[in-house]
Amino acid sequence: MGKPTNVTDATFEQEVLKSDIPVVVDFWATWCAPCRAIAPILDELSETYAGRVKVVKLDADANFDSVRAYGITTIPTMNFFKGGVLVKSVIGARPKPAIAALFDEVLG
Amino acid sequence: MNDTRSLIIVGSGPAGYTAAIYAARAGLSPLVVAGSVTAGGALMNTTEVENFPGFVTGIQGPELMETLQAQAEKFGAEVLFDDAVALSLDGAVKTVTVGNGTTYSSKAVILAMGSAYREIGIDDEKRLSGKGVSWCATCDGFFFRDQDVVVVGGGDSAVEEATFLTRFARTVTIVHRRDELRASKIMADRAKADPKIVFRWNSEVVGLDGDAKLAGVRVRDVNTGDESTLGATGLFVAIGHDPRSELVTGVVATDAAGYVLVEGRTTATNVAGVFACGDLVDSRYRQAITAAGSGCAAALDAQHYLDDLAEHSA
Repeated sequence: MGKPTNVTDATFEQEVLKSDIPVVVDFWATWCAPCRAIAPILDELSETYAGRVKVVKLDADANFDSVRAYGITTIPTMNFFKGGVLVKSVIGARPKPAIAALFDEVLG
Repeated sequence: MNDTRSLIIVGSGPAGYTAAIYAARAGLSPLVVAGSVTAGGALMNTTEVENFPGFVTGIQGPELMETLQAQAEKFGAEVLFDDAVALSLDGAVKTVTVGNGTTYSSKAVILAMGSAYREIGIDDEKRLSGKGVSWCATCDGFFFRDQDVVVVGGGDSAVEEATFLTRFARTVTIVHRRDELRASKIMADRAKADPKIVFRWNSEVVGLDGDAKLAGVRVRDVNTGDESTLGATGLFVAIGHDPRSELVTGVVATDAAGYVLVEGRTTATNVAGVFACGDLVDSRYRQAITAAGSGCAAALDAQHYLDDLAEHSA
């Protein structure tokens, strides 16, 4: 719990699709300034929602299988998974209240 | 509400941070409301900045902005990474409320909110956003390796994006509604010499094809009206910007396009104690250095205003 963890193509199924609680996957890359802008927001939300929503980060540069599988062409993209199913996908940096609202929406 | 400070600066591009540097050095301890995800402004989405004076070999846009932030903080500016959500400007005490609900008050305010990407305004643009339609070549170019992409626009941003995209894409087609580029000559010449870049002059984008992802860009010749489709999986929109003045509309005077109006060669708006600078006021030059210059002017104008206030109350 706590800070977001990193997932890779190899661990995606175990960490995301087989998770007991909803998962937010942050597709990011080192060269993407808006990704850097939301990183601290996701760090905070990961703490706030610890035990309820799992936040993981996927480096788009190094995990192209997942990037292709989910048709990512823009980062940051946040994909929300519930019970192994992609339930929501949002693109672009947005302020903390807007991202928190997405967490709440997915929790239902 | 916190104690009333001298100055709040809303925005953190070259204009906002330069205003902060000058105001901080004048001892005004400004609060910079930098934005949560827009901090650093438009240059955060650029790569190499070659024309900012003082950098012989160029500097990366994000690096320049981090430097300006550090310089402002060094002299005592306080930088807050949250968004201004409401402004009250007409009284002697101005207030700025941010996203976390806190309200800050000050005697003077500098508006430096900059501008936002303009959308083409066609059907499917939003639907295919993130499915091939992008506003950030530096973020998304990587995903279009060996693919054909289109850049719309003819200014510096469009040409810079097109040139950047040649690192990844197989071909880059620049669609521009005129028959020549507005971009600076050095950038235009570089693009014209690039074998991967082709031009579709006198054309505008009228539609997008593709269900789950972008498959084609429909363009119309503005002279003949003929329509054709460019096969492309990526579309990068760089047709300009609109001033981000919506928070002050109706209070601070703007022109029809939303640019904040200032008095003569100053940065004074129609509201006493409220100054404006950068891309928020400038529809003509829109450069990092002109924004920085007007940010400096705004700080000096604000300082002068605060001095006068102090004198009259003394």
